Amino acid sequence: MTDTPLFQYTLRLADNALVLGHRLSEWVGHAAVIEEDLAFGNMGLDLIGQARALYTYAGEVEGQGRDQDALAYLRDANDYRNILLVEQPNGDFAVTMVRQLFYAAFAYPYFEALTRSKDATLSAIAAKAAKEMAYHLRHSAEWVIRMGDGTDESHARAQAALEELWPYVGEMFEIDQIERALIEAGVAVDPASVRAIWDKTIDDVLAEATLTRPQDGYMQSGGRVGRHSEHLGYILADLQFLQRAYPGATW
Amino acid sequence: MTEKNWPLWEVFIRTRNGLSHRHVGSVHAVDATMALHAARDTYTRRGEGLSVWVVPSSAITASDPADKDMMFEPTASKIYRHPTFYEIPDEVGHM
Repeated sequence: MTDTPLFQYTLRLADNALVLGHRLSEWVGHAAVIEEDLAFGNMGLDLIGQARALYTYAGEVEGQGRDQDALAYLRDANDYRNILLVEQPNGDFAVTMVRQLFYAAFAYPYFEALTRSKDATLSAIAAKAAKEMAYHLRHSAEWVIRMGDGTDESHARAQAALEELWPYVGEMFEIDQIERALIEAGVAVDPASVRAIWDKTIDDVLAEATLTRPQDGYMQSGGRVGRHSEHLGYILADLQFLQRAYPGATW
Repeated sequence: MTEKNWPLWEVFIRTRNGLSHRHVGSVHAVDATMALHAARDTYTRRGEGLSVWVVPSSAITASDPADKDMMFEPTASKIYRHPTFYEIPDEVGHM
């Protein structure tokens, strides 16, 4: 395997998108109203579309003949490179929306910056993804504001969701050797460069939502090197069942 | 948890080549901003629109179907109101 930094980096972006997209797809048919059901389907499809483009490119970079399906369906959990935030269970509506807010508030400015990548393919994928993540950010932010500034119950649930997911925020901004070289080459985006934007977005939303920003404590880490929570295994069992049981199945 | 239904909003979309917004359906949403999101998510999934309006359904005053005869029937006999009696010069072409 030509396990280059560019392959690893592209795979990380792809895995984030696929796993979060799959999580959102789990809501389809279960949301409280059909309008929100469609919103989850739309956002999930945005992310799965991003994943497909990124997997295809990762496969080309790797040069071992793996296509998007091989990368999505035929890797085990410890080969997945997504951050732990995106694999966290949907929980209630507040947990799902806070998770979406955390990710979109990061991904939107991150992909905007990635449009200036020296890698033309990543730049093109980022241009499309940035527009999609801008809507995810707006939609999730509006919901978090309404839950926080809503009833006692919705406020309590939104605050609990913030506390539950806060330990997964730090991993978004980590840099390791793989990314440092690509950042210096002008290919990857330094996540530190979007930290201030993320902080301001979150602070503005929480202020309007009358919610309290949790204290920074111990931050979970490890997803990007393949150390995942138990949840990812269940996601992949769902996602990969067909290709595992009936290899090469098409319809 | 409240069991009250969210307010209903009527959705109007202007298509890429359309000049005016057209009614396409309705959504439930807690307020105007969320109604716009719901309208976007429900009715523009296939590239239908470039602009969306949402209007509270309660703001619409509708004619009573029972008044149909009084409201609309009298126009049926006044064909002279249709501009079909004018001779249009050939040079004008299709109007």
